[in-house]
Amino acid sequence: MAIEHYFILSAILFCIGMAVIITKKNAIVVLMGVELILNAANINFIAISQLDNIKLGGQFFALFVIVVAAAEAAVGLAIILKIYKYFSTTNLDEINQLKG
Amino acid sequence: MFYFFCGVAVLSALVVLFSKNILYAAFSLVATFMAVAGIYVIAGAEFVAITQIMVYVGGIVVLLIFGVMLTNKISGKAMITESRNRFSAAVVMLSLSALLIYAIFQMNFTALQGQALIENANYKPTENLTNINQLGIGLMSDYILPFEIAAVLLLVALIGAATVAGYKERSDGH
Repeated sequence: MAIEHYFILSAILFCIGMAVIITKKNAIVVLMGVELILNAANINFIAISQLDNIKLGGQFFALFVIVVAAAEAAVGLAIILKIYKYFSTTNLDEINQLKG
Repeated sequence: MFYFFCGVAVLSALVVLFSKNILYAAFSLVATFMAVAGIYVIAGAEFVAITQIMVYVGGIVVLLIFGVMLTNKISGKAMITESRNRFSAAVVMLSLSALLIYAIFQMNFTALQGQALIENANYKPTENLTNINQLGIGLMSDYILPFEIAAVLLLVALIGAATVAGYKERSDGH
């Protein structure tokens, strides 16, 4: 499989994740968009690691990205829970205390 | 097979983008992660594919669904999320994807592949190692420092998340 195809798939997934982050109002769906973007980055790492199947640098990096994604999801959801307790909503447009 | 997984990944990601129901979005996110794991298998990264299924599908999506359950008043009606900035998002998404795909077609990957072939030709493997063997040996030798740092980061993040989500002000002043 030509390596360009992996990159194109990754670019499409990245753009969809970006659009999810921009459009959605619910904070949890925004986190889903972040996960999509991290997956797109991982596809790039795995595709590059095909060229170098002795050292496998890309696969190691993808594993560490997965670890950081798990940590990010846990902390993000904890913060969203606190925001929900404080504001009683997860709608990002209504959480605008700093807006003048 | 590769194009099948690509199609599933892109279509279910589009469901995440266009679905109004948060739970449908979460379940189609599962389909996206499974398809991406299939792509990892095709690219020869079996261990990363298994990790993807276990961590993302078994962990992160379940966490997201718990988040949905805990932040919505369960009242029998569907959990709806609204959209905003549709026009600017469409502009950003289409122009960014056009730019990225144009840049990908401009890149010269055959030179990169030739370089990799030359480097791999100089390497004489002493024994036949599978992908998981290679990853295990690498994690315990070359990548031991990032491995330990990742372990500590995960510990700190999970304790921090539990503290942030579960912290209650004590009434007796301590």
